[in-house]
Amino acid sequence: MDQTVINILNGLSSGLLLFMLSSGLTLIFSMMGVLNFAHAGFYMLGAYVGYASSRIVGFWPALAVAPLVVGVLGAVFERLCLRRVHRYGHVPELLVTFGLSYLILEVVQVVWGRAPVAFDPPAVLARPAFTLVQSAASGLSLVLGQADAATCAHAACTTFPATRAFMMFVALLMLLALWLLLKHTRVGLVIQAALTHPEMAEALGHNVPRVFMLVFGAGCALAGLAGVIGGTTFVTEPAMAAAVGPILFVVVVVGGTGSLVGAFVGALLIGLLQTVPLTVDKSLVDAASALGWHVSSDSVAWPLMKLTLAQVAPILPYLLLVLILIFRPRGLFGTRE
Amino acid sequence: MTARTKPDAAPGRPEPGRAHLGGADGVLAGQEAHVYHFKPYNVGRWVVWGGYALLLLAAPLVFSSSLSQTLLSQMGIAIIACLAYNMLLGQGGMLSFGHAVYSGLGSFLAIHALNHIGDGTLHLPVSLLPLVGGFAGLVFAALFGFVTTRKSGTTFAMITLGIGELVYSMSLMLPEFFGGEAGVSSNRVVPPATLGISFGPQIQVYYLIASYCFACTGLMFAFTRTPLGRMLNAVRDNPERVGFIGYDTQRVRWFAFVISGLFMGIAGGLGAIHFELATAEVVGAQRSGAYLLFTYLGGSAVFFGPIIGGVLMVLATVVLSELTKAWLLYLGLAFMLMVMYAPAGVAGLVVANLRLAAFGRLRPLSSSYAALLAAGAIAFLGASAMIEMLYHLQLNEALGPVMSFCGIRLDAKGASAWLAALALLAVGGVAFERARRRFVLRWDAAQSDIERELKRRDAA
Repeated sequence: MDQTVINILNGLSSGLLLFMLSSGLTLIFSMMGVLNFAHAGFYMLGAYVGYASSRIVGFWPALAVAPLVVGVLGAVFERLCLRRVHRYGHVPELLVTFGLSYLILEVVQVVWGRAPVAFDPPAVLARPAFTLVQSAASGLSLVLGQADAATCAHAACTTFPATRAFMMFVALLMLLALWLLLKHTRVGLVIQAALTHPEMAEALGHNVPRVFMLVFGAGCALAGLAGVIGGTTFVTEPAMAAAVGPILFVVVVVGGTGSLVGAFVGALLIGLLQTVPLTVDKSLVDAASALGWHVSSDSVAWPLMKLTLAQVAPILPYLLLVLILIFRPRGLFGTRE
Repeated sequence: MTARTKPDAAPGRPEPGRAHLGGADGVLAGQEAHVYHFKPYNVGRWVVWGGYALLLLAAPLVFSSSLSQTLLSQMGIAIIACLAYNMLLGQGGMLSFGHAVYSGLGSFLAIHALNHIGDGTLHLPVSLLPLVGGFAGLVFAALFGFVTTRKSGTTFAMITLGIGELVYSMSLMLPEFFGGEAGVSSNRVVPPATLGISFGPQIQVYYLIASYCFACTGLMFAFTRTPLGRMLNAVRDNPERVGFIGYDTQRVRWFAFVISGLFMGIAGGLGAIHFELATAEVVGAQRSGAYLLFTYLGGSAVFFGPIIGGVLMVLATVVLSELTKAWLLYLGLAFMLMVMYAPAGVAGLVVANLRLAAFGRLRPLSSSYAALLAAGAIAFLGASAMIEMLYHLQLNEALGPVMSFCGIRLDAKGASAWLAALALLAVGGVAFERARRRFVLRWDAAQSDIERELKRRDAA
């Protein structure tokens, strides 16, 4: 029970991190039609810039500095490269961000090396956020912070890291801020107008290309923020972009391209799907024998049947992608085919 | 294919060179039999294809070292793969991020078949092994393509990436078939040798690859001339309109995807014979990315572009990666610059300059070209000196700060080397920008002259 709760919380926090990334991706995509292939690269850049700046100014200022730096870099990239290829169509736009993803990876490796860097969370976040205590006598109880050793001596203690709690907090805060910004401010209105009626917004005197540049920069800044938090929670290494990149696209397709709500639900779904099965050590063989059907180790399907759910966990999001495409091609919350 | 153009759809327009087939067309053909159509003998085509065949035949005789034979073999494989990839990218406007899946699975099936041939459990000449790979590519492309081609454009790109990751993760999960980390190895020499061909020496493998390369290039060119190939172009340019005429765009994309998968599989099968090894890397995202990158660099708008792309792919991944550790950086930069400034790729540059030459406008531009090249070379020298010093400081710290760059000894920790490189870059950059502005003016003038000339000819 306690383990299950922690697993689900882990899944939710991973999902919320994915949402921080996919919201920026979706914003950029629905606005400019550009699939930012380098989005995961900006996430990695955020982690590394956060690492570098946290060594100078400390973690909390770095949490603001890194998104700013990454956002400015994104805006500069939009101004110098993306705007130039805009007239050639969407495929060259995608390709130029594809090239950028190579470039970011190489630059990160040159500046910070090929080995993982030690990007540790501050002391406040290095502790557990709370501990679930499962004891035979008093059942399940929750202790904030680390439970003392005496309690854990005769009860099962499961901790939930504070970095993950912080990750959930920031993501939800960001969701709220984004919603307020888009729905209740003047800037948000202009963005929405530029999203659906770019010509009309331009005719009314708004600088639509500049709005695009700002949105691209803001999307990259969100990725940078996710990078700082993801970098402290997971490992800050050059492979982190490649690990999260394809999953992001799965989130966007499953949620429905261009839908923020879809990105939110899709991200949570994928986060859970990536994390929860990791603890299930059962395979199809076990399922078959539970149904009274014995599978021998020399049957043809044995190599496939013997894989446990934990082993196949990495491919589950992609299987979901395939299923969604077969049964609901526009995604869960997509509005257009 | 639900609808076909009727032969009487365009009355009064003769269709030279179009063979009429059966049915109602037969009557028309009978009526037209006595009409003489002038069909000039297409000398240019014979020269081009003859030259291509000659190039494939003669290349290993000119570059006869064992390294260059290996490189040439890999180029042949890469050419098939890039051409097959371009069937989607250039001709269908479909951007696939997971096309290594089909060549890779072709490789795996072919290498398992090769092992069975070696055991004596399968009776098949090794020279037909690429067809096994092709069959695997075809089947898997039909299967996965059915899902991926439900979408087009950007979503298609995302889905192919997902399928690519799916297959790659599967390959690590099923060591029984994919051989785990080490991969599956085999031996292509299966006695007895037929006609003295054992495929032991690399030269024999090269000629096998070259003949497949020539045949596949021919077939893929022929595909562009078929109704399906033409419909594919139409689906790329205006899918709504194609739908209105009555075609199923999804099915056109699917058919093209399957045919592309067939040729990818053949390339994979040849790869299995050449390397005698298939690892999980052959289905990986890196390989898929490389196909995309080099097909685009070669030029996706022109049929022969991917041939250049395939050659570049081997030169970059084998030769450039030996020369410098920073090769991926150069590659990414070159790719981005290409997308921004020359979206038609190398082949596009060649075609544009051939057009200039045909109108006699190339010679006046040559001084501008020389200036651009010289300035660009200076700027590149400065930039690459700095990049190399940076990489040297990072990767070869144990060797000390002194390194050799283009035959010059540079002290990567000294200010003088950095200042000199920076100065080169600045001078070169400024000169390049000035030359570029002049060049653009002259280029645009030449292009508008050509347009005017073409209009004049049309009017005449």
